[in-house]
Amino acid sequence: MTRGSKRKGGGAEARALDDVGGAHVMSWVIAIMLFLTLLTAAAGLATAQAAGALDRQMAGRLTVQIVEGEAQRRDAAATRVLAVLRGQSDVARATPVPQADLARMLQPWLGNDAAAAELPVPALIDVDLDSDGGDAVRRVTAAVTQASAAARVDSHATWLGPVGRLLDTAAWLAGGIILLMLGATAAVVMLAARAGLEAHRGTIEVIHMLGATDRQVARLFQRRIALDAGIGAGVGSVMAAVAIWIVARQVGALESQLLGGLTLGARDLAMLVALPLGFVALAVLAARLAVLAQMRRML
Amino acid sequence: MANIVQFENVGLRYGAGEETLCDVSFTLRSGQFYFLTGASGAGKTSLLRLLYLAQRPSRGIIRLFGEDAVILPRDRLPGFRRRIGVVFQDFRLIPHLSAADNIALPLRVAGMAESEIARAVREMLAWIGLTERAGARPATLSGGEQQRVAIARAVIARPEMLVADEPTGNVDPVMAERLLHLFHSLHRLGTTVVMATHDWHLIDRVPGGHRLHLDRGRLVDPEPVPPMPEPPPSTLVRSGL
Ligand SMILES: Nc1ncnc2c1ncn2[C@@H]1O[C@H](COP(=O)(O)OP(=O)(O)O)[C@@H](O)[C@H]1O
Ligand SMILES: [Mg+2]
Repeated sequence: MTRGSKRKGGGAEARALDDVGGAHVMSWVIAIMLFLTLLTAAAGLATAQAAGALDRQMAGRLTVQIVEGEAQRRDAAATRVLAVLRGQSDVARATPVPQADLARMLQPWLGNDAAAAELPVPALIDVDLDSDGGDAVRRVTAAVTQASAAARVDSHATWLGPVGRLLDTAAWLAGGIILLMLGATAAVVMLAARAGLEAHRGTIEVIHMLGATDRQVARLFQRRIALDAGIGAGVGSVMAAVAIWIVARQVGALESQLLGGLTLGARDLAMLVALPLGFVALAVLAARLAVLAQMRRML
Repeated sequence: MANIVQFENVGLRYGAGEETLCDVSFTLRSGQFYFLTGASGAGKTSLLRLLYLAQRPSRGIIRLFGEDAVILPRDRLPGFRRRIGVVFQDFRLIPHLSAADNIALPLRVAGMAESEIARAVREMLAWIGLTERAGARPATLSGGEQQRVAIARAVIARPEMLVADEPTGNVDPVMAERLLHLFHSLHRLGTTVVMATHDWHLIDRVPGGHRLHLDRGRLVDPEPVPPMPEPPPSTLVRSGL
C-alpha cells in the first residue's frame, strides 16, 4: 500500500461525516475568538515593547536639579555638583542641560520671558549611571546633596516606575486573557465535537462495526474540525489584521513619546502569525481528545 | 478451527425487566450455513448483535474465533469485526456516500490500496447488478437496491463469518432467491453464514443448512417447516358483508 493511495482512501472515507450543518457556527466561533485573541495579543505585545523601551530609558538614569533663585550661585553650585558627579565611580556620564535648551522647553508655558534670566530657572544635569542598582543611586544622591544643599536628585525610575508597572500589568493581563480565550475555544470545540459525534452516532456505529478503530473515526472528525477551524481562522486573521493596521497607523500619527514605544517587532509579528495556526492545532487536538474520550464509552 | 462461535448460558437484558435473551447456548461450526428463525420480537436481532460484537452480554460466555469475546478489550474489537461481515436489518448505509463508496468502506477501513478497491467494487457492483447505479446515493435507491448494496458491503472484504439480519425482508421472491444464491456461493467458498429470516421456504433451498429457533429469547428445537398456509379469508367475507 502506497502512502498516496492511503491518503486518497482516507479522503473518501472522511466524506462519511460531510453533512454537518452546525459546522459554520464552529467557524464563526473560531473567527471571533481568534479576532479577539489577536487584538489582545497585539495590544499585549506592543505594551510589553513599550514597557521594555521605558525600562531601558529609566534604567540607571538620574536628573540632578539645582534649585537656586540667584543665577550666579546656581551656576557655581552646578559646576561643583558636576565635578562631584564626574568624580563618582558609579557615574558613567554627567551632562549639563544647556540653559538655552531649558528656556526653549519652558517657553510654551512661560513665554519669551523665560529667556530673560530674571526668572528662577533651575540648572539640570543628566546623569547616566554605570549600573541601575538602588545602591548606586543612593551613593550618588548622598555625594550630590553633600556638595550642594540646593541639589535635588530625581531618579527616572522613581517617577516613571508606576507607568512601567502599569504597562507590565497590562501585558500580563493580555497574556492571561489569551490563555482564557484559548481555554474557552478548546471547550467550544470539544462541545461541538461531542455534538457532532452524537449527531453521527449511527454512522459511527456502522463504521465501527466495519472494523474501524477509534483513531480512524477520530481522524474523520479532526479533518472536519480542521477544515471549519481553518476557515474561521482565516476570517478572524483578516479581520484582526485590518483592525491592527488601522490602530497602528493612528498610533504612528500621534508622535507621542510615551505611545511611541507601542510598536510591534519582527518577533511579535511572528508570534501573531503563529496564533491562527495554533488555534487550528488546538481545535484539532481538542476535537480528537473529546471524540476519543466519548468513544471509549461506546462498544 | 472447527468451532467459530460458542455461546454458553448467554443472557441479555436491556435495562431492567425481563431478559431479552435467556440461557442461550449453541455452537457454530466453521464453514456451515445457519438460519436463525423466530417470531418478530423473539430476539433474533439481539442475538446477532452479540455475534457481531455490537453488544456485550449481561451474562454467560461467548467465544468467537477461539477467543473470549466477552472480555475482549476495546482496542482488539476492530480486528475481530473485520473478520465478520454484517448485513443490518435496516441496511444502515451511510447516506452521504454513493453506493460504490458505501461498498468500498470495509476495504478503506482496512487500508487497502485505492486501485485494488476500485476493482473489487466494480466486481461487486456487477455481481449485485447495480453497475449503473454506482454513483447513486442510498436515498435514491429502492429498498431492494439498498439491500443489495448493504450485502455487497458486508461481503466485499471476504469475511470469515457473514451475519445477515433478515436480508431478504425487503425484496420480491425472485430477488430473495438471487440473494440466497449469493450467500450460498459465499458459503461454498468457505464463509460461515448466519442468517435471520422469516422466509420458511428459503430454508429448504440450502441443503445442509442448520436451523436455530428462538422463542421469546430462548433457543428451542425448531418445529418442522410448516406447509405454505392457506391465504386467510378476506375480512369482508368473514364479517359477512
Ligand atoms: N436497544 C434495545 N433496548 C431495549 N429493548 C430492546 C432493544 N433492542 C431490542 N429490544 C427488545 O428486545 C426484544 C427482542 O428484539 P429483537 O432482538 O429486535 O427481536 P427480533 O429481531 O427477533 O424481532 C424486543 O422486545 C425488543 O423490544
Ligand atoms: Mg430483528
